[in-house]
Amino acid sequence: MLPEAIEAMTEQLKRVGNASSLHAAGRQVRRVVEESRETIADALGARPSEVVFTSGGTEADNLAIKGLYWARRPRQRVLISSVEHHAALDPAQWLADSQGAEVELLPVDADGRVHPDTLRAAIDRDPDGVAMISVMWANNEVGTIQPVPELAAVAHEHGIPFHTDAVQAVGQVPVSFAASGADALTLTGHKIGGPLGVGALLLVRGMTPVSVQHGGGQERDVRSGTLDAPAIAGFAAAVSTAVKDQASLSARLTALRDELIQRVREAVPDVVLNGDPVDRLPGNAHFSFPGCEGDALLMLLDAKGVECSTGSACSAGVAQPSHVLLAMGAEPAAARGSLRFSLGHTSTRDDIDRLIEVLPAAVERARRAGLS
Amino acid sequence: MGLRVLAAMSGGVDSAVAAARIAEAGHDVTGVHLALSANPQSHRTGARGCCTIEDSRDARRAADVIGIPFYIWDMAERFQRDVVADFVSEYAAGRTPNPCLRCNEKIKFSAVLDRALALGFDAVATGHHAQLADGVLSRSVDPGKDQSYVLGVLTREQLSHAIFPLGHSTKAEVREEAARRGLTVADKPDSHDICFIADGDTRGFLAQRLGAAEGPIVDQSGEVVGSHQGAHGFTVGQRKGLRIDRPAADGRPRYVLSIEPVSNTVTVGPRSALEVTSITCGRPVWNGPSRFDDLTVQLRAHGEVYGCRFEEVGGGLRIDLDRPATGVAAGQAAVLYSGATVIGSATIVSAAQA
Repeated sequence: MLPEAIEAMTEQLKRVGNASSLHAAGRQVRRVVEESRETIADALGARPSEVVFTSGGTEADNLAIKGLYWARRPRQRVLISSVEHHAALDPAQWLADSQGAEVELLPVDADGRVHPDTLRAAIDRDPDGVAMISVMWANNEVGTIQPVPELAAVAHEHGIPFHTDAVQAVGQVPVSFAASGADALTLTGHKIGGPLGVGALLLVRGMTPVSVQHGGGQERDVRSGTLDAPAIAGFAAAVSTAVKDQASLSARLTALRDELIQRVREAVPDVVLNGDPVDRLPGNAHFSFPGCEGDALLMLLDAKGVECSTGSACSAGVAQPSHVLLAMGAEPAAARGSLRFSLGHTSTRDDIDRLIEVLPAAVERARRAGLS
Repeated sequence: MGLRVLAAMSGGVDSAVAAARIAEAGHDVTGVHLALSANPQSHRTGARGCCTIEDSRDARRAADVIGIPFYIWDMAERFQRDVVADFVSEYAAGRTPNPCLRCNEKIKFSAVLDRALALGFDAVATGHHAQLADGVLSRSVDPGKDQSYVLGVLTREQLSHAIFPLGHSTKAEVREEAARRGLTVADKPDSHDICFIADGDTRGFLAQRLGAAEGPIVDQSGEVVGSHQGAHGFTVGQRKGLRIDRPAADGRPRYVLSIEPVSNTVTVGPRSALEVTSITCGRPVWNGPSRFDDLTVQLRAHGEVYGCRFEEVGGGLRIDLDRPATGVAAGQAAVLYSGATVIGSATIVSAAQA
């Protein structure tokens, strides 16, 4: 966690009080919550009243996707990109399985991008039937940035609510809720150096999803549950710092990442970079290593002190080919042979040196072990 | 310098303690849980000891307590092909396979070991109850838990890369040690059933895959005494579940003597007819010392041992027992011991009264 977030959070942990209470302690906590709301709104080009606190990104995605679908019934169509995080894909799938929704996965190009024309064509098949649209701001696996303003504009040609999961984008690329044109935007604390278990759905005024959980209606009558004031204070401090530092961090990470990509290509000539080579998250480098299994490579690199990750894992922990890579047209074997290297605040050139030192031998060994 | 050891962790108490012991001995240990089912169930049912998501979590939890890296390897395809499909086809051929033994031979000490060696590991460790010293396999000190039988099929090469850290401990000692080490699987029940048959209904499992086909149950004279729904539902020596209405002429219980898959015939007879003293085997594997005395053979898991002599015949073996054995089924392994030490093994092809 960022020092600013730890400080803001621990300061609040010493206090008691419920932001919904009327007594003095409650008022004091409420002030902290509202100032946090203002801080987040200010950092992300939103109005304070547009900030709905949640327990994190998954809850915000569920609220946006299920809530807007229910609010817009009897419309049944849900258009969602085929490369979403499971926090967005799975609520949509659930709507299809048990709520009568017609979910359509928007195809992407080889870099993982949804084209505005693709969205327009999908809408045009039955514009009046579309309940909502969801396309992430930036992909968590391959890092490709989506043309959110263009996509939102296409949605608005037909007055359809547009949601974007910006969990990966905040603090990495400039994010303005107002400028994006999105009607709902998900962010979460722990991806930007804030605490775990807190996030928000930015929701334009007048957009009222049906609640997913019911209770005291603390957040705009849309989201119920006692607010976690210490976490919210830490979250706000993290958003503020991350957005303030975004440009300089991004410049540093982009240079470092481009060096990493170049040196990995030199070390393993047949490696394939996945995602858009330029328009991608600054800290993301995602590769396919032909003939390797990602899991084996990860284990070998981990043993040498290099931490990276494969795509998604199912609940049993058995590696499945990433749905993102499959949607981008990769063969299952290539998808299984993929690894993501993420760079952040603490990453340095030494980390890249270390990776390049151990990578060729690890790749060779993983190739020998073959795909099992 | 310690070895790089891959500890196969099922999620049970034995493999957890085995991993803890080798890590404590100073080796560089990585825990690996083998995912053997493409669609694992969430929770254990019955006495299964592995293969559910709950078991993989137990294994991960144990690895975290021990403080070793942990991965899950997807072996579902290999397991399906080399163990499950083999199990079904062996029954279809009228034999009685031992899938645990097959799994050791084809998965743990073949597919997993090969991959481990390719990835730079030196050895694979498991929680089997057997001793291994200088590449020579022998029985566990706990006779009730001894698993040397299901390892007796391994070759010298396979054994040279195996580590069995539990062979000199009893199961009770292993459980006690697990509790002392803070491993939460200390009280986890032992597994008994075949791991890939969730409800323990082997006959139902086979019927589903091989179909029902009515066939005759005959006595030794060839007279039809009943019928069955598929010869694959039977194993030599079986007494229960024959569902023969008429009692035998002498009133004594009848046992399955043989299974003939082509004519789908099950032959039954008195217990005395089950007694065999001469056993023909194929696929011999010699993995122990070449000099031995006090020769015995074990003919099924946790089965009795018999004094014996053997003779190499063609590519196989003929084993002569010094007293009759019953319920000797084709497809099972005959594991030869010199005292407690494994000499080798072979697969039973047929058995006869001398």
